[in-house]
Amino acid sequence: MVEADQTHAIEVTINGERQAATVPARQLLVHFIRDTLGLKGTHIGCDTGSCGACSVIIDGKLVKSCMLLAPQADGAEIETVEGLSDGGELSPLQRAFNEQHGLQCGYCTPGVLMAATFLLRRNANPTEAEIRRAIRGNICRCTGYVNMVRSIEAAARATAGSIDAAARASAVIDHKEEEAQ
Amino acid sequence: MTPNGVTAETVTRPAEPTEEVGQWAGQSVPRVEDRRLVQGQGEFTDDVWMHRQGYAHFVRSPLAHAKITSLDVSRALALDGVFTVLTGEEAREMCSLPFFQIAPEPAGKIEEWPLAVDKVRYHGDAVAVVLAETREIARDAAGLVEVDYEPLPAIVDTVRSADPDAPVLHEQVGSNVAWKGTYDWGDIDWALQNADNVVKIDRLHFHRFSSTPLECNAAVVHWDPGTDTVNVRSNNQMPMFASMVIGPTLGVASNRLIFASQDIGGAFGVKIGSYPQIAALALLSRKAGRPAKWTEYRTDHMLSAGQGNERVFLDTEVAVLKDGSILGFKTRAFDDAGAYLHYEPLGAVIWSQVCCGCYKLKHIRVDYTETLTNKCPTIPNRGYSRLQHLWFLERMIDIVARELGFDPVELRKRNYVQPGDYPYETPNGCVYDSGDLPRSLDMALDLIGAERWRERQRALGTGSGKRIGIGIGSTLDSGTNNFGQARIINPQLPFSGNGEAAYVKLDLYGEINVNLGTTPQGQSHETTAAQVVADVLGVKPRDVHVTAGFNQQQNTYVAFSGTYASQFAVTGLGAVKGAAERLREEIIELGAYALEAQPEEIELRDGACTVRDDPERMIPLIGIANIVYSNNAVLTPEMRDRLSLNARYVYTPPFHVPDPEAKTGNLTLTYASQIHACVVELDEESGEVEILDYAAVDDCGTRIHPQIVEGQVHGATALGIGAALYEAFEYDEQGQLQQASFYDYHAITSLDAPDIKVADIESPSPFTLNGAKGMGEGGGAPLHAICSAIQDALGPDDAVVSESHNTSERVWRLVHSGERGDPRGVTVSTRDSSE
Repeated sequence: MVEADQTHAIEVTINGERQAATVPARQLLVHFIRDTLGLKGTHIGCDTGSCGACSVIIDGKLVKSCMLLAPQADGAEIETVEGLSDGGELSPLQRAFNEQHGLQCGYCTPGVLMAATFLLRRNANPTEAEIRRAIRGNICRCTGYVNMVRSIEAAARATAGSIDAAARASAVIDHKEEEAQ
Repeated sequence: MTPNGVTAETVTRPAEPTEEVGQWAGQSVPRVEDRRLVQGQGEFTDDVWMHRQGYAHFVRSPLAHAKITSLDVSRALALDGVFTVLTGEEAREMCSLPFFQIAPEPAGKIEEWPLAVDKVRYHGDAVAVVLAETREIARDAAGLVEVDYEPLPAIVDTVRSADPDAPVLHEQVGSNVAWKGTYDWGDIDWALQNADNVVKIDRLHFHRFSSTPLECNAAVVHWDPGTDTVNVRSNNQMPMFASMVIGPTLGVASNRLIFASQDIGGAFGVKIGSYPQIAALALLSRKAGRPAKWTEYRTDHMLSAGQGNERVFLDTEVAVLKDGSILGFKTRAFDDAGAYLHYEPLGAVIWSQVCCGCYKLKHIRVDYTETLTNKCPTIPNRGYSRLQHLWFLERMIDIVARELGFDPVELRKRNYVQPGDYPYETPNGCVYDSGDLPRSLDMALDLIGAERWRERQRALGTGSGKRIGIGIGSTLDSGTNNFGQARIINPQLPFSGNGEAAYVKLDLYGEINVNLGTTPQGQSHETTAAQVVADVLGVKPRDVHVTAGFNQQQNTYVAFSGTYASQFAVTGLGAVKGAAERLREEIIELGAYALEAQPEEIELRDGACTVRDDPERMIPLIGIANIVYSNNAVLTPEMRDRLSLNARYVYTPPFHVPDPEAKTGNLTLTYASQIHACVVELDEESGEVEILDYAAVDDCGTRIHPQIVEGQVHGATALGIGAALYEAFEYDEQGQLQQASFYDYHAITSLDAPDIKVADIESPSPFTLNGAKGMGEGGGAPLHAICSAIQDALGPDDAVVSESHNTSERVWRLVHSGERGDPRGVTVSTRDSSE
């Protein structure tokens, strides 16, 4: 049995910066990120892995950081919302969320931005259905997801640049027709 | 063209912002709040840290109703890292008074303290609270508090709880009736006697759910002996109400009970209800001599943060003429307030803001009973108390249409308040300000391509295993309450009117700063306040700094301040406009003085006062600020005495005190409307409901920021769809909550939610300063529309949709109710015309 006061020395790279710390064995990764490292952009909405507010990218994979213990992240490379903008300059994804009103209270937003970042790295030109699937693990109670989807579509357009807007629009319509059948 | 043949022009797309000064209101300018929020730089309550803080964890009852026979904290205190434990009994001893009750006697005799004393009344009721070095230790220690309970029978059904022999929650009340009264307007007995048809509906049930904001309740409370103040950093959304309730209980004057918040992660009304916990944390902090930091775990939130009102409508009778005109209705409503009255029993009157909904009903009688049950206390939840009633009215309309063979669209249009009727006075004295309901309905039906779906519905026939239904939800989003309606519940209450405060100043170097009495949770107050001030002062929104968040020691406020009940565009922006106009007068007077011109000659634009027709003579705002702040010897003594460049304004709506006897009065200032239409497909084998198309037509008068309005419509729609199909708080017979986490409470996801088509009409309100109407709550239209669509998909022998929550199992039962011979729950009596 693990003693409640057992600790581990860990080292992680977070948003490109190396951080070493001694953490309690039972500490959740999200509490390590928020309380120990002081990166408060990563939020907690449920503590059961249901809501996605704590989503971060670890070694290239999208992870809910309330579902891992801090010691499990030893040696990992972690990306959080604080790493998305470059010296205060908003990334195309962050700009798109602003322009398309993809957030209201902003509490789920960091997790959604990480899920969208993960999606766009793997699929620069996602369909509406693909976007909806990619953020299905992120609960939002404000936006009804409509403008979030529009924001991610807009970010894909802005970064890809090469996408034929008309072809995209017709793909979306085809998809809806398909759903309506 | 969209798939349903609707041209894109009818769908709202926010206009591109322009750079023209003076017309910022009405433009979808980029939101100011986003910059911090998309970078993880927001400051939510759990982000706040204080020196020497401890973490608090509440000890909760596993039983719904029980006597506390013993409570032992010794094992918890013995755990390393535990600072202290506060029990219910200790908390009561530290308090001056129990919480103030809105209810008249006998329910007014309820004694509620920050923690339960002697007995627990719902699953999750807090009996003690631990403070410890870490949140993990606090949670462990809470598990070590030993409580012995003697179980009592639980009551979870609102109708049965009113029975004289039901187990009583609060002995001093003598029964579980929180409030009881009859609302009787017009002459419903006459209407029922003279109607050609009377449609009787046995039972309709509106279920419990909540908007479950993604950020749970949280607070950092410090009873600070150094300044003799209690500092409450929290995400409570109505801090003045919280302060007025807990101040007397704690024995702390309101000028020493300091509420503050910055970013709030959604609230939807639910975060009005965190005051009992905040009071307990204040006492905990006082006992420990340390700040107490508390953030609910999601299960704490589900169990105890507050849930939306559940309501049952029994023995409804609707009086209908041959031509489809509906004269009125009578019903017996039972509303379930849960174990304690938090903000209740205000829900027992707030529904009457929309007593006749969108319809010209003249004769209404509602026997209304609000009861206490062994369930989590209710709290206002988006659409508070009106959505239950609007759902009831929409079910009533659809059932009448079906039973008497009317087209649901035509029946609605025949009975809607018509565009020429405004201002329209309802039977209880409310005044609908403006709107165009028939056109809104036509637009919503066009957006979903209703005609085409009707054809497909007919073509589908039997044997396909699928059924298609088209549904409508007609709602009013009443905004800007007249708090005088509280007197209809309790004539002794000294409340009436409403208001909001704002403060606009010119700062040292001519910068403009605004602060508000509100506590926004995503409603973009920083953005829209800047738009309004920019228009009045002739600058750009980016030149206006609106203080993020609220701090009682810095911001201005009135007792009604906060963010709730669809009113900011009217009250908040009314206050902002008033304050900016006062500041403008001072700036122009100072400009005229400095330029040796008459005030009428001064134009204020582009950040400077300029003499009209002589643009060489100008003084920028920095010059105006300089005169007052650091160069005041140039002014006359009278001007020095009067001008401060600091302007406060309180907007107050033109309300009168309602009549508590007749239960009449103008209860709300504005009536935004939302008309929804949707198409669903039912699977006969599984009962699953799929939304094939969804549209909302919004009319909230003059829009300050169309994109934000559209975002509010999206959000209210998704929450309503979630409630209609997925989300419910259910209790078993013993009062155990069945959905205490997001595993069991299925909050709507991106895969469940449809794309939502939104269009708008702007019918300016003649009653507000800017033509705007409050909006955002939305009236629960998706619940009405989806139930309506499910009903439409059912066969003529099937039962009526009598529940607001329609899981696949329930829908399966409805689909097969005809063949199973289930009771239909509805009867029609037709008047013999020979009589």
